[in-house]
Amino acid sequence: MSQVRLLVGTRKGAFVLTSDGKREKWDVSGPHFAGWEIYHVKGSPVDPNRVYASQSSGWFGQVIQRSNDGGKTWEAAGNKFAYDGVPGTHQWYDGTPHPWEFKRVWHLEPSLTNADEVYAGVEDAALFRSGDGGQNWEELSGLRGHGSGPHWAPGAGGMCLHTVILDPSDPKRIFIAISSAGAFRTDDGGKTWKPINKGLKSEHIPDPDAEVGHCVHHIAMHPSRPETLFMQKHWDVMRSDNAGDSWQEVSGNLPTDFGFAIDVHAHEPETVFVVPIKSDSEHYPLDGQLRVYRSKSGGNEWEALTKGLPQKDCYVNVLRDAMSVDSLDACGVYFGTTGGQVYGSSDAGDSWTPIVRDLPAVLSVEVQTLA
Amino acid sequence: MIRVELPAHLRTLAGVKGEVTLDVAGQVTLKSVLDALEAKYPTLEGTIREHGTLKRRAFLRFFACEEDLSHESPDALLPEAVANGKEPLLIVGAVAGG
Repeated sequence: MSQVRLLVGTRKGAFVLTSDGKREKWDVSGPHFAGWEIYHVKGSPVDPNRVYASQSSGWFGQVIQRSNDGGKTWEAAGNKFAYDGVPGTHQWYDGTPHPWEFKRVWHLEPSLTNADEVYAGVEDAALFRSGDGGQNWEELSGLRGHGSGPHWAPGAGGMCLHTVILDPSDPKRIFIAISSAGAFRTDDGGKTWKPINKGLKSEHIPDPDAEVGHCVHHIAMHPSRPETLFMQKHWDVMRSDNAGDSWQEVSGNLPTDFGFAIDVHAHEPETVFVVPIKSDSEHYPLDGQLRVYRSKSGGNEWEALTKGLPQKDCYVNVLRDAMSVDSLDACGVYFGTTGGQVYGSSDAGDSWTPIVRDLPAVLSVEVQTLA
Repeated sequence: MIRVELPAHLRTLAGVKGEVTLDVAGQVTLKSVLDALEAKYPTLEGTIREHGTLKRRAFLRFFACEEDLSHESPDALLPEAVANGKEPLLIVGAVAGG
């Protein structure tokens, strides 16, 4: 019988939630790494028992953890993230040059073909790769060195590389996104990169159509259509059908097009999920009503999904890496909130139930669908 | 034998309970003790001192014999009581949070 395993990163530890294919009853294990910030936990698609976790703390810095038994036990891997060569500077909040400084790993993306290969998106923005299970890390420095790096600037959450998408049809193609530089793509395995922000408009930067400087919050891709990308930008939900070479807005009838999380249905490449959030300063659902919006047409036409979600007095946020889908026949959708709830839907969003209600603030949710 | 007391989170990370003891060859300084600590427990590399620069992480402090040694040179000799094992070197996480 199928199993589903949710890997949940929170402000104060990691949790592993497991259920059978019915997804009605859940076991909760954790906290793992109690008291530490767990920005991201993700399993290898090659070997689901291999799981990587980013563990960090203001006191003790960055630790990378690795599990070989699906998150039951862990061992510390390597935590040396050294920028290649002289790091140089990026732009600071006041416009002055600021040295590149490693702060933490935001996102871990295990390889699609090798359980010992994993990518790390870090703050200050850079992409690292390990080929030995996270023990040693090497920067893919062509990204920072592509030319615009000195002009990148941090968003409110820091200058983080938070999204890493590996193209299943082309092992040399990788997409990444940085707040607030924008999206980039390599077609040669990380040696060279190009910004892919044409069509994005950001009114809060001097040139709304600039090549870089856009606050991209997250990008999602369906593995069967690697040319099609969906983006939740600071404002605007966007879509590209040419691997990011150009983007069109598909916010359509969303009540607000601000948000963080975005994901695609496991079996319907034109079905997309977002969680609209009130902004610029509030960062909670509109009118205190937690609503996931689903488009079955690849954007523009969105329907509110509310069944089982709180429709009054709800003032939580859903962060960029805190939504994920399983690949069971009736696609499961999951998201975590800064209020510590993890909600799940076993019917592609039609109805929702809280799996847990009182975790620390949820930073990330990843799903593993196990045979 | 040098005694070192770690914060709870680092004891967990290193997989130890209580104080750790170290053999330090030559002069007993903050640097030589931390070098020996990281050699014995490699998972602590980067968690007390930053990789590369070996600068003390900002929210950690080094205490011994009721003195704050955090701002001493890494090459300064530690107190005799630490060097002869009568007193531990305390690695302390700063109280913070509000």
